Amino acid sequence: MYMFISPWLVGFLVFALYPILSSLYYSFTDYDIIHPPKFIGLANYMEMFHNELFWKSVTVTLRYTLVSVPIQLLLGLGFALLLHQTIPLRGFFRTAMYFPSMVSGVAMSLLWYWIFNPQIGLFNYMLSWFGIHGPSWLMNPDTALYALIIMSFWTAGSGMILFLAGLQGVPASLIEAANLDGAGRFRIFLNITLPMISPVLLFQLIMGLIDSFQVFTQAFVMTQGGPNYSTWFYVYNLYTSAFKEYRAGYSSALAWVLLIVVMIFTAIIMKLSNRYVHYEGGGRR
Amino acid sequence: MSIVRTANHRPAASAHRRRIDPVKAASFITLLITTFLMLLPLFFMVSTSLKSKKEMLKFPPTFLPESWAWSNYRDIFDTLQFGTLYKNSLIIAVLTVIGTLISSGLVAYGFARFRGRGNQFLFVLVLSTMMLPYPAIMIPQFVLFSHMNWIDTFLPLIVPAFFGSAYNIFLLRQFFTTLPEELFDAGRIDGCGELRMWWTIALPLSAPALATVAIFAFIYSWNDLLTPVLYLSSSEKFTLPVGMASLTSSRFRIPPWHLLMVASVLAMLPIVTLFALAQKQFVEGIVLTGIK
Repeated sequence: MYMFISPWLVGFLVFALYPILSSLYYSFTDYDIIHPPKFIGLANYMEMFHNELFWKSVTVTLRYTLVSVPIQLLLGLGFALLLHQTIPLRGFFRTAMYFPSMVSGVAMSLLWYWIFNPQIGLFNYMLSWFGIHGPSWLMNPDTALYALIIMSFWTAGSGMILFLAGLQGVPASLIEAANLDGAGRFRIFLNITLPMISPVLLFQLIMGLIDSFQVFTQAFVMTQGGPNYSTWFYVYNLYTSAFKEYRAGYSSALAWVLLIVVMIFTAIIMKLSNRYVHYEGGGRR
Repeated sequence: MSIVRTANHRPAASAHRRRIDPVKAASFITLLITTFLMLLPLFFMVSTSLKSKKEMLKFPPTFLPESWAWSNYRDIFDTLQFGTLYKNSLIIAVLTVIGTLISSGLVAYGFARFRGRGNQFLFVLVLSTMMLPYPAIMIPQFVLFSHMNWIDTFLPLIVPAFFGSAYNIFLLRQFFTTLPEELFDAGRIDGCGELRMWWTIALPLSAPALATVAIFAFIYSWNDLLTPVLYLSSSEKFTLPVGMASLTSSRFRIPPWHLLMVASVLAMLPIVTLFALAQKQFVEGIVLTGIK
């Protein structure tokens, strides 16, 4: 048996456990990757709390997450509910909704970089149909983050696929029984469908949060964290301080804060899920 | 092309055939509008990629190119060394896929076939690494690989794949456990060792699951930006995402918009092809792993 799992075991030790532990050690040192690390205790963590860019990156990431993740979930669920019905052109609609998710990270960033261009881009042109004079989006510190949030809605179709799979698991007999009892569509949704698909909702919430804490591509390709640090995402901050300023010690402290935040969020949501999430088979896990 | 097959394809009850359900009518109109909005950027991506440099700067943007500039698709190879980028990305992605299939296949088999106490503990460990954010471990990994003199080579992008990845191990293990035990009993009677049973029984029967793993390993490698940005420094080693990202840099006073779109179209081509060829595995992969 150990012969079979040995590749993972080696990989885990070398590419996961060792990096986690050594980044914990680095986080207590002054380290520039070239010279050996010097132990400085908690200084990196102390600096973090006085570092303006750190707080900026936290605010930017949280604002992005709080708006983008819930709306993406709602859109994905909404599309799935619409397309779970028997409706003409259903196959076409499903494929079309998912299609944008196939445009890779950088390609998508380049496309929307053009869409948000205030002089020649598509977005302000479409706004002009409604007589709206659009802002300059990525070039304006007040709107740049919102532009990236709007862009994130474009891939809601991949969430839709997960919800569609979840909706298929809801037994038709339950819905029919409720229908016979005179329950309306909305009550059926609230009392049957929603509890039944709550594991999918939970799973997507966790994955959505974790992904959103790690936004990098958009900041790197479209805004370089600007203008005026308005899209200075957490991981972008980590990347620049480690690989542009060569402050690997301080960046390791940033990395550990990220790791702990991800662990805490996962734990909280798992805990809540025991209470509110319905798992098939009746038992609560 | 239906993305997810549903079971409720029953014919509408004849009594209701003529009546139009207002909820469905409203749904249909909503879908038409949203689909239009979703597809519009894609439409412009393709049409813009075929516009001339001059037409590109027109406002409002023209829907279809006035004159079709097919030469853009040739120019990208000169301006951006696009051929090199494409080749590099393909090499890395293909090797990553091979490494992932072999290693995750082996490890998943180990977890599926042998159930000991230690085994269960280790499997929980596998699952827990799924949540591990790459940025949290990238600095020590970078230090490690620079000690091995692997900077500015493809190795840091490929070699880790040969040690298995949590999602794929999980996915394949689930699949392997559904294989009937009798098959392996029969194999044992015939004198097969575990390794041979893995190769001749488990793997051939798991083709759909392996296809799913291969597709997602490919997409992940193809799209990855952060890792190659860290490790590749000379431009002839750049991958497609790294090279494409440079199109927005200050190197260009005015971004070459038409080329941006050409690059985007060409970059999504392999993924769309995979989707068209193996739609079922594609969708299953999303459902099982949540990777989008």
